[in-house]
Amino acid sequence: MISIRNVSKWYGDFQVLSDCTTEVRKGEVVVVCGPSGSGKSTLIKCVNALEPFQQGDIVVDGTSLAAPKTDLPKLRARVGMVFQHFELFPHLTVTENLTLAQIKVLGRDKAEATEKGLALLDRVGLKAHAHKHPGQLSGGQQQRVAIARALAMDPVVMLFDEPTSALDPEMVNEVLDVMVQLAQEGMTMMCVTHEMGFARKVANRVIFMDSGSIVEDCATEAFFGDISARSERARQFLAKILPH
Amino acid sequence: MDYNWDWGVFLRSTGIGDEIYLDWFVAGLGWTVAVALAGWIFALLLGSLLGVLRTLPNRWLSGLATAYVELFRNVPLLVQLFIWYFLVPDLLPEPLELWFKQDLSPATSAYLSVVVCLGLFTAARVCEQVRTGIQALPRGQTAAALALGLRTGQIYRQVLLPQAFRIIIPPLTSEFLNIFKNSSVASLIGLMELLAQTKQTAEFSAHLFEAFTLATLIYFTLNMSLMLVMRRIEKKVAVPGLIAGGK
Repeated sequence: MISIRNVSKWYGDFQVLSDCTTEVRKGEVVVVCGPSGSGKSTLIKCVNALEPFQQGDIVVDGTSLAAPKTDLPKLRARVGMVFQHFELFPHLTVTENLTLAQIKVLGRDKAEATEKGLALLDRVGLKAHAHKHPGQLSGGQQQRVAIARALAMDPVVMLFDEPTSALDPEMVNEVLDVMVQLAQEGMTMMCVTHEMGFARKVANRVIFMDSGSIVEDCATEAFFGDISARSERARQFLAKILPH
Repeated sequence: MDYNWDWGVFLRSTGIGDEIYLDWFVAGLGWTVAVALAGWIFALLLGSLLGVLRTLPNRWLSGLATAYVELFRNVPLLVQLFIWYFLVPDLLPEPLELWFKQDLSPATSAYLSVVVCLGLFTAARVCEQVRTGIQALPRGQTAAALALGLRTGQIYRQVLLPQAFRIIIPPLTSEFLNIFKNSSVASLIGLMELLAQTKQTAEFSAHLFEAFTLATLIYFTLNMSLMLVMRRIEKKVAVPGLIAGGK
């Protein structure tokens, strides 16, 4: 579904991604973790071309991002993305947030888009808030709306960029619950997250990044299993975050 | 100071037809409003377009808008007006030049010049407001809109501009009031707007103080009412759940 091939990226002289190669197959849930500044968010933003890269290629559902003729908006419409800071449109109601792109990008009529949006809103447990504006919701609620907004486009894959990092601790689980449910329903997902509980529970694979490189890329059981088989850097990282 | 105040002067005949001085003020106010509103619509449309251009990644387009802003805000308004009224018509193709100088009434040609001048001048200022409004939004808003598959035009129309305009209503209100005040430069090219009528009344009636007091009151009342209207609009379009600046 997503094939990342030898991707490198520089900001000026500074290399943020070096020769990253990995694969996310259909129905797979892949968690990307690593210390801050390791390039994980940059990598996931490259997958829907929000960030350009200078070398290599990423192929999403058969479409190459490096090919000059690729219609990027068209591709992005098929890739759902959830951001750390939700990024709902504050001037629109929840319902309008859910229907805007369905109407403007997919050309659905308003009634159909609203029906789809409200069904998804119900699925994330927020049907009663349809008429509100994002500013009237809690962080956890906003992030669930943001997930519903991405799902409304019927994406072939969902990207999550630290979806729980900006949340109060007590709101993390309501968002993770939605993500777990999504994973169990077979959605293809690539998640940048530090939630190792989530990774253990639903991820098929874990990618560990450091200094712009993919250091580990292995099955979840292996990643959390025999720690002595992991790289030195990954062991340090795990030692710091796992005991808690 | 020895001055003979007489507020009844406005109801007295001007000596021209059966006009009274108040009629001149009404006519002057009419031109002032006509100049300011037409100039404002022009400035708002052009300024918004330029403001958007300045935020685009394309260097040529944003550079063009930047050059426009620097040109129009660094030359005094009055100089710009004289250029539009006295010089530009001479540079027009001959049929247009003749049309402007001979077919149009003096009032109409002065009106056109001042509307173009104020519109272009104010557009540079509106451009800067719109640009800052857009740049004040979190970058993630554009990213989220892109991620949903929206295209540049849609992102500006649906996501960025509706938010940016809400933010800039207060500074935009000042620009709106400025154009009413700046419209008084039209008196220098012979358009009989409020200031010109005031000067004429002062000269004809020799009641300088009353004439300028009334003009001051009219400008003040006009601008205060506009400001109150803009405040209402600001409240009306405020987004629930967002902290609005200044109550």
